Amino acid sequence: MKKALTIAAGIVFWLIVWQIVAVAVNSDILLVSPLDVIKRLCELVITADFWFSILFSAGRIMLGFFLGLVTGTAIAVLSGKFRIVRVIFSPLISVMKSIPVASFTILALFWINSENLSVLVTFLICTPIVCSNMQAGIDSLDVKLEEMSRVFKIPAWRRFSGVYLSQLMPYFRSASALAIGLSWKSGAAAEVIGIPDGSIGEKLFMSKIYLETADLFAWTTAVILLSLLCEKLFLLIIGILQKKIERM
Amino acid sequence: MPEALNICKSYGDKIVLDNFSYNFAEGKITAVVGQSGCGKTTLLSILMGLTQADSGKLIGFDKPISAVFQEDRLCENLTVSANIRLVTGKRYTKADIENELCKVGLDGCAGKPVRELSGGMKRRTAIVRAMLAQSEILFLDEPFKGLDSETKQSVIEYVREKSAGKTVIFVTHDREECEMLAEDMVELSL
Repeated sequence: MKKALTIAAGIVFWLIVWQIVAVAVNSDILLVSPLDVIKRLCELVITADFWFSILFSAGRIMLGFFLGLVTGTAIAVLSGKFRIVRVIFSPLISVMKSIPVASFTILALFWINSENLSVLVTFLICTPIVCSNMQAGIDSLDVKLEEMSRVFKIPAWRRFSGVYLSQLMPYFRSASALAIGLSWKSGAAAEVIGIPDGSIGEKLFMSKIYLETADLFAWTTAVILLSLLCEKLFLLIIGILQKKIERM
Repeated sequence: MPEALNICKSYGDKIVLDNFSYNFAEGKITAVVGQSGCGKTTLLSILMGLTQADSGKLIGFDKPISAVFQEDRLCENLTVSANIRLVTGKRYTKADIENELCKVGLDGCAGKPVRELSGGMKRRTAIVRAMLAQSEILFLDEPFKGLDSETKQSVIEYVREKSAGKTVIFVTHDREECEMLAEDMVELSL
């Protein structure tokens, strides 16, 4: 409760700062007030077009995230098991982490249509993040617990659920939280460049063309809220699954 | 009869075990005693198959084994009960495990995460886990470390009762513990 109040107080503080600056600037094109943004968001929320765009973008961005999560985890696990896999993928992962989203996006536009651009870009952004985090987790696995498992001849599934899972979950959770946030950032950026019809990116692009700053802020707020919602929901599901697996 | 023949182990220039040979009495408790650094834990690790000896031969150690390690080697995020079930599977009911825990003074601790336990409680959890695991040979490395004298007495009784009929190889530097539990003894020197 106290934590929630502290967070709420922080948000209210910055909203007040934003409102004061918006009043001082006094230009709806340069900076709209938070009240205008909330009003515009309320107007958008009741339209079918808003929800279509949300579903269009969220579906593709989360698909890219899940593909990145699975691929990144698989590469990390195989790298931990086989040194040759680490040697092969290590430079690729390092390069992928450094390439700007815009470069990925422009290159991807040559390969696939703009509709599925955000899936590929999100996948390419998530994979190295998840892989690096999971590799750090695998590298820090307790050797002594591994020896204990060997002495007691703990079967593979129980070894996974009891010994490895509890040690790797903190890394998996932090990788997932980071990857979801970046998925929305990179996915929306890719859509702004590719401008697929009906996407959030298209709406952001149009707000720039028509100087609709309230729209830009409203859609940005929607992206932030969706990103937070996806993160909390995913971590909640992961937590429940972990408990279920550990009880098996 | 489990037998170690001419076991040698060195770490760099330091010779830890030099032609160690011993017949461990089957179904009995053998104490391995000696000063700190004389190679007791290394010997146990070799006998458990965790460390490769430089030379020598092991006979009769290819049976199910169980151990109390020098460190507790428990999964800190799991409960006491989950740590035990990790090695026993579903062979014991919740009530069986609670009953065993009561015998070493861990009443009501089954559902507690291990990270919330004191050092002595973790030690006793590791002991119960080792006693309930299916095994024919039991390795105990300083198993009563960190237990107060009263608790130690009851835990020694518990270990004696649960390990009856098993071959127990028990490392200690405490002569009193050795006298209380061991039926045979081998001394390592520096």
